[in-house]
Amino acid sequence: MRFMVIIKASKESEEGAPPDPQLLLDMGKFNEELIKAGVVLAMDGLHPSSKGARVKFSGKSRTVVDGPFTEAKELIAGFWLWQVKSLDEAIEWVKRSPFSSLAGESEIEIRQVFEMEDFAPVLSEEQIQHKVDARAELVGQEKK
Amino acid sequence: MSATDPHQALHRTIEAVWRIESARVIAGLTRLTRDVGLAEDLAQEALVAALEKWPQSGVPDNPAAWLTATAKRRAIDLFRRNAVAARKHEQLARELEVLEQTSPDLDSTLDNRIGDDLLRLVFIACHPILPTESRAALTLRLLGGLTTDEIARAFLTPEPTIAQRIVRAKRTLADKHIPFEVPRGAEIGARLASVLEVIYLIFNEGYSATAGDDLMRPSLCEDALRLGRILAELTPTEPEVHGLVALMEIQASRTRARVTPTGEPVLLFDQNRTQWDQLLIHRGLTAIERAHKINTTFIKISRGPYLLQAEIAACHARARTPSETDWPRIVLLYTELAQLTPSPVIELNRAVAVSMAHGPQASLTLVDALASEPSLARYHLLPSVRADLLYKLGRHPEARTEFERAAALTRNTRERNLLLTRAASCETDPTNR
Repeated sequence: MRFMVIIKASKESEEGAPPDPQLLLDMGKFNEELIKAGVVLAMDGLHPSSKGARVKFSGKSRTVVDGPFTEAKELIAGFWLWQVKSLDEAIEWVKRSPFSSLAGESEIEIRQVFEMEDFAPVLSEEQIQHKVDARAELVGQEKK
Repeated sequence: MSATDPHQALHRTIEAVWRIESARVIAGLTRLTRDVGLAEDLAQEALVAALEKWPQSGVPDNPAAWLTATAKRRAIDLFRRNAVAARKHEQLARELEVLEQTSPDLDSTLDNRIGDDLLRLVFIACHPILPTESRAALTLRLLGGLTTDEIARAFLTPEPTIAQRIVRAKRTLADKHIPFEVPRGAEIGARLASVLEVIYLIFNEGYSATAGDDLMRPSLCEDALRLGRILAELTPTEPEVHGLVALMEIQASRTRARVTPTGEPVLLFDQNRTQWDQLLIHRGLTAIERAHKINTTFIKISRGPYLLQAEIAACHARARTPSETDWPRIVLLYTELAQLTPSPVIELNRAVAVSMAHGPQASLTLVDALASEPSLARYHLLPSVRADLLYKLGRHPEARTEFERAAALTRNTRERNLLLTRAASCETDPTNR
């Protein structure tokens, strides 16, 4: 399963303040752990929203709004894409991230990515059992 | 997430912790006990203890340390109680007691040691003395953190069969006194090849099943990819490891395009390339780059088979449409691959590339040379390729015969229908219109 793990912005990240050097070090180590565990597919940090823009759609009209945007908590500062077996595994990894060492609050959101299995047929329990039996039979036949 | 029974939620959390930590715990215990079977049993007992204790105490801050410490205490108890091998075990028990008292906070040395232990575990689980299928089951169990049931379902094999394979494998490793070490010198090439073989076998079990009669089992591909990526970080200077990872990333990138919504296989040339996962392609190309850099740095002149196969896959991945494929390059890559690992199947694949790069006549000469190959005698793709070449050369009656021969050889019903359709589309006699 794939998950997007989203680091929410903060007042500091929106101000473009340089990140705490210890946090940077700890994040580096954490990312290394993730890579060594084979779970990271991608990761990137985002510039503050002052360098971004929004496009609003209303019927046929398109309105462009330049950043910065308010409500830092609703903004994204960075993300990972992870490949893990379950939401619980993603949560366990997030718990190991260094954000807990920060003073103040921070939030990380975990969202599952749509994949092919969500659209395509998957084997049911019966089908699996049927295939197990069929294979065992085939092996039995081949040995004759 | 539904508001579930908290006991269930904790159980899932413990499963997740196990998946993250079990390989390291087992690796560390193997180093201490020198017996991978015993190490796994101890780790499993620690897991049982966790399932009992953590619902009350909560999940500890350092779950891996808790599991390891619990397992070590069990080992000490076990060795004390085992009066028969008392002396040897007494020594071990004392060593463990000493180790238990040392501080676990030696972070960086610990990191290196964990990495080393993990690598040793990889090599022992994939030891060539074990049959390949046993290596695969043992690897998924010890390094993938899968349960016996999960492995059985993934391989569509009865659970007792898998359980037996694992038990026998552990016994063989113990009986033959296979050492817990990273191979060195002349040995490492063959031993590494054995590891890569296992990982690719697991990948193919999930990948080949995604087109054809079996429906998708992408979770096996994911397990293999994860193992490959882990190995790449444990052996970062091995180009073939990056080659294998690249090959798997690129092949996995096509998963969505390889099967229709009703589960029918789609050939490479017919796939909707907008459905290819560009992230995985990017990762594959990056892994190839990594392998190249190592080869350049260490002035290795030749590329290994996995890297070559990855490069071939990359040629397809880079082409936005089939017509943009760099066929001459693929021909060169197959030629190099054939010199390394000669095989009639590789020759056949090369012939297909030649037909795309240089036309059907040049290719037909190569294919005809394979006609008497005994290993291809029942391989439906040989007459299938030959038929296609004959068709392109306007030799329709011969093409028809070959299409029908191919149809008779394939066990896949959909493929048979495809071949029979092509046979029917051949004009019976060009002079008889």
